[in-house]
Parts: sequence; C-alpha cells; structure tokens
Amino acid sequence: MSIEVCNLVRLAPGAQQRLLDDVSLKVPDGAFVALVGPSGAGKTTLLRAIAGLDNCNSGSVLLDDRPMTSVKDRAGRMGFVFQNYALFPHMTVARNIAFGLDVQPRAERPARAQIAKRVEELLELMQLQGMGGKHPAKLSGGQRQRVALARALATGPRVLLLDEPFGALDPIVRRSIRSWLRELHDTLGLTTILVTHDQEEALEVADRIVVMQSGRIVQDASPMDLDEQPATEFVMEFLGEAVSFAGEVRHGRMIPDDALVIPFVVPEGVTDGPVVAMIRPYEMAIQKPSSEQDVLSIYAAPRGTRNGYRHYTLQLGERIIPFYRPVDEADVQVQGVALDISRSRLFRQGLLCA
Amino acid sequence: MTLSRLAFFKAGGSALPGYRLSLTLTLAWTGFFIILPLSTLLVYPWQGGPAAMLGALHDSRMLAALWTSFSCAAIAAACNIPCGLLLAWALARGNLPGHRLADALIDLPLALPTAVSGITLATLYGPHGWLGSLLAVFGVSVSYNKAGIVLALMFVGLPFVVRAVEPVLRNLPQDLEEAAHLLGARPWQIFLRIIAAPILPALITGFGLAFARGIGEYGSVIFIAGNQPFKSEIAPLLIVVRLQEFDYPGATAIALVLLCVSLLSLALIGGFRRRFALWSEPA
Repeated sequence: MSIEVCNLVRLAPGAQQRLLDDVSLKVPDGAFVALVGPSGAGKTTLLRAIAGLDNCNSGSVLLDDRPMTSVKDRAGRMGFVFQNYALFPHMTVARNIAFGLDVQPRAERPARAQIAKRVEELLELMQLQGMGGKHPAKLSGGQRQRVALARALATGPRVLLLDEPFGALDPIVRRSIRSWLRELHDTLGLTTILVTHDQEEALEVADRIVVMQSGRIVQDASPMDLDEQPATEFVMEFLGEAVSFAGEVRHGRMIPDDALVIPFVVPEGVTDGPVVAMIRPYEMAIQKPSSEQDVLSIYAAPRGTRNGYRHYTLQLGERIIPFYRPVDEADVQVQGVALDISRSRLFRQGLLCA
Repeated sequence: MTLSRLAFFKAGGSALPGYRLSLTLTLAWTGFFIILPLSTLLVYPWQGGPAAMLGALHDSRMLAALWTSFSCAAIAAACNIPCGLLLAWALARGNLPGHRLADALIDLPLALPTAVSGITLATLYGPHGWLGSLLAVFGVSVSYNKAGIVLALMFVGLPFVVRAVEPVLRNLPQDLEEAAHLLGARPWQIFLRIIAAPILPALITGFGLAFARGIGEYGSVIFIAGNQPFKSEIAPLLIVVRLQEFDYPGATAIALVLLCVSLLSLALIGGFRRRFALWSEPA
C-alpha cells in the first residue's frame, strides 16, 4: 500500500510555531522508510499525522491514492507501534493481540476459533510461543516490543508505522530485533515507516532515509546517496562525525584558509567564491615529507580503536580534529607536513555545491 | 509467615529512621482514637444484661430505620457513580473555561455545615421550593420521603466519588486510548475495554466512601426527610430520638448494629476493590 503525504502543515496549539512545515512525502508500496532527525524535528509528529492521531491545519494523507480523513478510515489498515508499546496492562498477551479483531463489528468479526488461530500464528511469527496467557507486566522489553508488533499486525494491515521502536531496548536485543524487523517487513510485504533518532539504525534497516529538521524534510534519499551527496551541512553532520574547513574556490581549486591543508581541484561547475569543505575523519590523509629538510608540523596522537578504525586526534593550529585510519592499514602515516582533504564535499551557504 | 509478621514489630535491621517511635505513635493513636471508643460501644449495650439487649434489638422501628439508612445510602452512592464519573472526566480531560472554579465547587459539600446543606435542600425541593413546586407539576415529590433522603445523600457523597476517580483518570496514559482507536475500537469499546478496568477500583473506593458517609449522615438529611417513623426515619436520627427519651441502651443498640453492618459492608467493598485492582496492575 503506498502512502502519500501532501503539503501537511501543523501548528503548535496556541503558538504560531510550525511543528510540520509544508511536508510532502511519497512512500511507494513495499518501501522501508526511516524518518530521522534531532529531537523536536517533527518526526513523531509526522508519523502521528500519517496515522491520523493529530489533526493537521492543512494538507492531506493518501493511502493508495485515497484520502484518509479520520482514524476510522485507517483502522485495521495501518499498524502503529508506540514508543512505549502502549500494551493494555489488564489484558493477557493473547487478548492484547486479538484486540483489533475482537472490536470489529459482529458482521465482520472472525469466529472465536479463527481469532485464536490467528493469535497463535502471530505468537509463533514473533517467537513468543507459550506467552499468550501472561500479562504484559511479566514480559521483558524485547518481548513487549514483539507483542506490540503482533497486536499491530493482527488485522493484517499493509502499512506499519513504528515510533522509536527500539528506544527502550538494550543494545544487544536492539541489534537482533532490528534485523528481525527488516526480515518481517520483507516476508509480509509491508510498507513500513520508522521513526528514529539513531542514524546508524536507520542506515542499517531502511531503503530510504528521510532527514527532518525543524518541521521540514531536508533530504529524502537512499543511504548511499545520503552518504555521497548530503544536501546540507546539517545532513552531513547528522549522519556521522564530520570535520569542516573554510576556504575559497579560485580557478577550479579549493584553497583552504588553513595553510596546513593542501589545496585541491574541485569538480567542474563549482564557481569561484567562499565554500566550506566537509570531510569524514576516515577520508582524510596526512602527506609525507618529500625531503629531509621538511618541517614536520602535523602529528596524530592515538586514541584507541573502534569498529575497525584506529582513532587519532590531530592538532591543527588551535583546533583538535579527529582522524581515523583502518586497523588493517599496514603503515599508518601519523606525522607529516600537510593534511589532504581532497575527498571533501563542498558546501556553500549550508547547501551542497552541485 | 508468622515469623515474618512478628518481624514487623522488631526494630533491629530496619532501615527506617525512628521506626520504634513511629510504630508506637501509630499504635497509640489508632488505639486511643479509634479502637477505644468503638470497643466501648461494643461493651456498653450489654450492661443491662443480654435479655435487655435482645429486647432493644427486637424493635421494628429500629429495623425500619436501619433499612432506610442502608438502602438510601447504597442507592445514593450508586447514583453518584455515573454523575461522579462524568464530573471527574470533565475535570481531568476537558479543558473547559471555568474548570478551576468547578474543581473548587466539587469539594464544597464537604466544607459546608451539613445542617446548612440540609436546610438549603429542603427549601429548594420542599413543596413550595423552586424545584419542588416545578417537580410537583409532574406529580413527583422529593421531599419528606425516601427520595429526599437519597437526594441529600447524593449531595454529600458526590465529592468522594469525584476525588477518588479523578486522579486515576488523569494518570491514565493517553496512548492506550489512541492504540485502541487505531486498532478500530469504537468510543464505547474504548471506554468499556480500556478505561473501565483501571478506574474500576477507584470507582469502588468512591462508592465505599460515599456509602459510608451516607450511613452516618445526619444533618443534611433530617430537614428534607420528613422523619416519619417506619417511612423516612434514618438510623442516626433514631439514635438522637432514643437519647432524648433517656433510653441509652436502645440508642447504643442501634449504634452497635449500625457499626457492625457498616464494618461488614466496608470490608466487602474493600475486598471487591482488591479483587479488581489485581486486573489492572500497571505494566
């Protein structure tokens, strides 16, 4: 089921602040989209608007090209998993899962035995066999998470909306449930929208990442495009550690303000003028001295290893910047005469230079 | 089990500061102010011998008065449940203009001297009162009969229900209702299946408090009740009547029955509350 959001605007009640500022988004059938951004960016607000939980001031939400006006239109066709799961505490796991079927009007409601069978199926799918009789209070965080998912999926929705679903889980459970969720999405052929503030999580599970900032969508791209061509300085910084160097483009060459940074050739089409070069710490390199007389002015101090990279810090004038090299690199250049940042992306006034 | 219960009285090992002091104070307090007067009440009626006591208990006027008191208190408390629930709902959820004022007004029946509310109700609902004359047109009379007693008891009991339910409603997580709504539940299903379970213990508490208050209520009832023996005479009033006749054993006999039945019904209500509280343990 495809989802389309058109020019959604939501103002904060009472204030004139825009929680959602003219947001439009198209999610094709079968896509796994992650909404990311810092807190207060409007991710959850957008997700709730798609679910119809909050009234918007203008704009519309279309499900398979049909506008949805109320929660009733969406009931049973969209599964929603809340941040703290919102399981009904006074019902058993089985009753929780069956809720969406139990409340259907008598004419549409499946028979009791059929509901019980469906619950069993879901318990098995969620690897929760034998848990049906327990109350949510007796379950662990990861189990509650899966009960919430099972409850959302009981009515067979084609769309799954997840609000920070991994927020309350410990790192190990988090990792395993993440890949399991992706598998579930693929086997059931769902269209999934996931809200998270953790960009790594988003990069790992989603086909498409929508970066939000103060109520607007800044960039909507695949994880690879996002990494190669971040639309703004904010996106570049949000997706991972980045170091920026101010400078100026003159005759097709970027001349950094810092004398210890080597000028480099910019791609065609970048006009002359001031720019900011941003680079990931593992894309930088230190240039070797070419002769004995050269003064060594750059030293990298080791700061441990993580994720297959050796971490260093570099003193560059007054700044201290991070610098990573792969662990398996044989001969690491840790001192030299200058810094090579030729793999930088160039930004002008916050936007990527095309 | 016995050991652990005894351990409660031992001070050693307890991390609470002032454990002995507070335990002594609590026991002395409950002893002097609650148990001592009540046990006197248990002992006193038997002073004239068991025969006199049985005679006093075998009084049809007294039984009628007790029946009036208990039935009216139960009906009033039951009527207060839907009204109190609605009011609590409006206070907890609705952000209506003037809700602060309404919030203060709810507690007023507790602060008002009961005689004042009794006279006010009698004037209002009496045969010539504003509302009484209006109701008389429809052939309904709510003064000088049991309906009047129920009305007065509803007035004094309402704050108990509202105050018992409101905090629970306020603390109910909103996302449970949203989740139910998204799963296709209609409003009445959300209420019955999601909201009713957690507020049921609070409603039972409210009922119990309003009922207890209703049994003991005197001032606000006597002006509107008419106080006809066997018809609209409440037990507390009969105690006063007996006292005025210098019939002390008769008065204490009524008090004894009142005490026992109240204790029993409150224990029953408490049991119900615990039974339903088990269902709604928070996650």
